[in-house]
Amino acid sequence: MRRTMLFIPGNSPAMLLNADIHQSDAVILDLEDAVAPAEKDAARVLVRNAIKTLGFSGTEIIVRLNPLDTEYIRDDLETVIPLKPSLVMPTKVSDAGYIQQVSAIMTQVEEKHGIPVGTVGIIALLETAEGIENAYQIAKADKRVKALFLGAEDLTSDLQAARTKKGDEILYARGRIVMAARAAQVDVYDTPFTDVNDDDGLSKDAEFAKGLGFTGKAAISPRHVAAINEVFSPSEKEIAYAREVMDVIEEAKKLGKGAISLHGKMVDKPIVDRARRVLEAAAALGLGGYEHE
Amino acid sequence: MNIVRLAVAGTLESNDVLVSVAPGEGRVEIEVESIVLDQFGENIRQAAQEVIGEIGITSAKVRLEDRGALDCTVKARVETALRRAGEAQK
Repeated sequence: MRRTMLFIPGNSPAMLLNADIHQSDAVILDLEDAVAPAEKDAARVLVRNAIKTLGFSGTEIIVRLNPLDTEYIRDDLETVIPLKPSLVMPTKVSDAGYIQQVSAIMTQVEEKHGIPVGTVGIIALLETAEGIENAYQIAKADKRVKALFLGAEDLTSDLQAARTKKGDEILYARGRIVMAARAAQVDVYDTPFTDVNDDDGLSKDAEFAKGLGFTGKAAISPRHVAAINEVFSPSEKEIAYAREVMDVIEEAKKLGKGAISLHGKMVDKPIVDRARRVLEAAAALGLGGYEHE
Repeated sequence: MNIVRLAVAGTLESNDVLVSVAPGEGRVEIEVESIVLDQFGENIRQAAQEVIGEIGITSAKVRLEDRGALDCTVKARVETALRRAGEAQK
């Protein structure tokens, strides 16, 4: 269950040291924008040593890579793939070919180190107009692709639009990336909310993203993690309703009924599927067992 | 690898260490300055020595200005400084 992904600058020992104390489901150890070009070598070695020795207990590890058209990406992959992070995050992904090139390097490194090919997955960061338009092909480009992630700051620059808190300028991109990811049956993550001091704005933004179908949301500040986790966790009301749905379905099966209603509304397959997902998420988060087959 | 130039890595921020490397005079000299020198000075020196040995350096001057770095940070900064200062042997 991955609701939050917290960015940690790859060349900051203090932040790496505390990366796993913020209750984020995943941490993104950043070798890209958070690291100055002259410090790329230092960040790579520091991230490697941190993954090796700090462990990051209870937190999934994702490493954000430098773009494919830079001299850094091969060294990034040579350094991090042997440590088997859950996912690596290629950046500014423009099309399926980009993913296939990254995956080919990953395969070379995995084979060199005796790691089963495909062990490390990919979460593709889409942050250009071209990337958004090719979202479905990117999601289907390689078996390693486990998720898509929207990067709104670079995208709005590419769109020649102003980035606003309301986010009208990224509405199409949000809808498009969710549609593509769901069609390809991979997870999908929303862009971070960048105002560190606007808690109310953060919750609204996260609620909106959840409503669109996002799996979770990235965070650039540890302060944002709790609010995002809350939004993307099933509420007590949702869990109670899901249990009711599963109970009436069980009852209907016993009675041999085809159609069944709950609180005056018909319960059909999409409602049952949603209830099942809520209960699975609740079980994964320890918010209540999943009692139905 | 031979150390052929001056190089630094790291910072003086909390939890980090600033490592300076210079060509040596036929041996490895390690100098440690730390806010926790009495408690961890020897550990820091050993961590640095370990990396210097792994890379195969036999002559260098290495100075560490520690601000409470963990072993994994000390090793990372020493490795980066050595590689920046070094040149592969032919």
